[in-house]
Amino acid sequence: MSGTEALAAHALPPLADLLGLWLAAFLTLAIYSFLYGDNPVYKFAEHLFVGVSAGYGVVIVYYESVIKDMIDPLLRPERAGLDHPNYWVILPVLLGLMILARFWRRYDWLSRWPIAFVMGLGAGASIPSTVQAYLIVQLRETIRPLWAPEAGQSLAAAAWSSFGNILLAGGLLCTLSYFYFSREQKGVLKVASRVGMWFLMVAFGAGFGNTVMARMSLLIGRVEFLRYEWWPTVGPVLRAIWQFFAGHSS
Amino acid sequence: MRIDRRLIYLAIAAVVAAPFVFNWTLPLGSASPRTRAIYRHIEALPPRSAIMICFDYGPASMPELHPMGIALARHAFSRKLRVIGLTLGPEGLIMAQNALSAAAKDYGAREGEDWVNLGYKPGFISVILGMGTDIPKVFRTDHRGVPIAELRAMEGIRTYADLGLVVELTASPAINDWVVFAQSRFHAKLAGGVTAVMATDMYPYLQAGQLIGLLNGLKGAAEYEALIRHPGLASLGMTSQSFAHVAILAFVVLGNIGYFATRRRRR
Repeated sequence: MSGTEALAAHALPPLADLLGLWLAAFLTLAIYSFLYGDNPVYKFAEHLFVGVSAGYGVVIVYYESVIKDMIDPLLRPERAGLDHPNYWVILPVLLGLMILARFWRRYDWLSRWPIAFVMGLGAGASIPSTVQAYLIVQLRETIRPLWAPEAGQSLAAAAWSSFGNILLAGGLLCTLSYFYFSREQKGVLKVASRVGMWFLMVAFGAGFGNTVMARMSLLIGRVEFLRYEWWPTVGPVLRAIWQFFAGHSS
Repeated sequence: MRIDRRLIYLAIAAVVAAPFVFNWTLPLGSASPRTRAIYRHIEALPPRSAIMICFDYGPASMPELHPMGIALARHAFSRKLRVIGLTLGPEGLIMAQNALSAAAKDYGAREGEDWVNLGYKPGFISVILGMGTDIPKVFRTDHRGVPIAELRAMEGIRTYADLGLVVELTASPAINDWVVFAQSRFHAKLAGGVTAVMATDMYPYLQAGQLIGLLNGLKGAAEYEALIRHPGLASLGMTSQSFAHVAILAFVVLGNIGYFATRRRRR
């Protein structure tokens, strides 16, 4: 019985998938072996990860950007969904190539043009939208009436929604006062800044709780993989190997 | 008093693995209002509306974000909605294809007809801005190279205004750019699915209505799976999550008891 036949007899996935599965399981355990202590198996897995990630990134960027955004529009317009070549693409390509002028001292000034272009474009696009999204909208949503009953709302419901508004306004003012250093923090300012500190602590606690949940989720993901994808193949693979060698020895 | 940190790792590993080994399950509880908001929004969309899901994550964040992508796509396909997948990070290309094809299989949704994977486009902010004025001009073909004009899934889709919802699934601050450029500038109906680490940063956006809803890590994904009545990997993982949290709380309490006990002894 060949190795492939032995695998098929145990209803296992194709050999390539199976190898991928076992490799993934080995690399998972290799990475977690760091928890015991630094070791060569962990180092191997770490370096492999960095190398594969970089290689994958280069290939994807080449095909999705260089080919699709440069070669196709210029030389193979039908592949880019165009009727004729788009020569405007030459302009950004030239700007991109100018960045490489940094490698030659004599021409490195050329690289400042594309950098200036990117900075100008970035600032122009970002500043108005950022001010709008981070400042105007956030301020507008913070300045709310403290008592805000809605039509048809019961007194308890109105009190609850108003409590949220009061908490928001109070939390904002107290937290800001914690960072107000132009006057000595005593009296009302001291009380407000202390309350502000508690608001900050609650926020940090919520952040830490979520971080714990996120880290546990990553571990859970790996355990799920090992339990539901890799583990069911362990027994059949061992049996297939046993049959393969038993078949050859008899 | 010192405890070998490896014992703590071992305890956590045992606590996380036990529910999978012994098939223990705990009830999930009700979905949060932030998760429900996304569910209700998609429920209210008429058939053949399109939702856009941006898969901006890689394998490292898969346990939290991938179940969200699958659950959202399943919900959309069950409602006969079109799904447009894309990514602004190279690693997301495979994630988008994997999630969309897995969800489509259950509902007989066809690539090009009911869903499309536009693939990866570099240039992050410029892509978000470009899609605000002309999506087919930014993505001229899908990831297979089929021109957008030939895809029924893209019929009538030109800008964010033609989309019922845009969902950004990310493990990075990329969602801030979606809020700033897609929502604030083009008024796209935006929702987020983020890793739990980032979730607290999203609350100002929710408060201000810049995000219509939020899926928070594995819990958010599990809540969404429960809402669409299609439990998946996220739901399976939540029992381990609960066990792990109890174990960590126990360690915090033990650590504090140890701290106060040694302090008293020192006095």
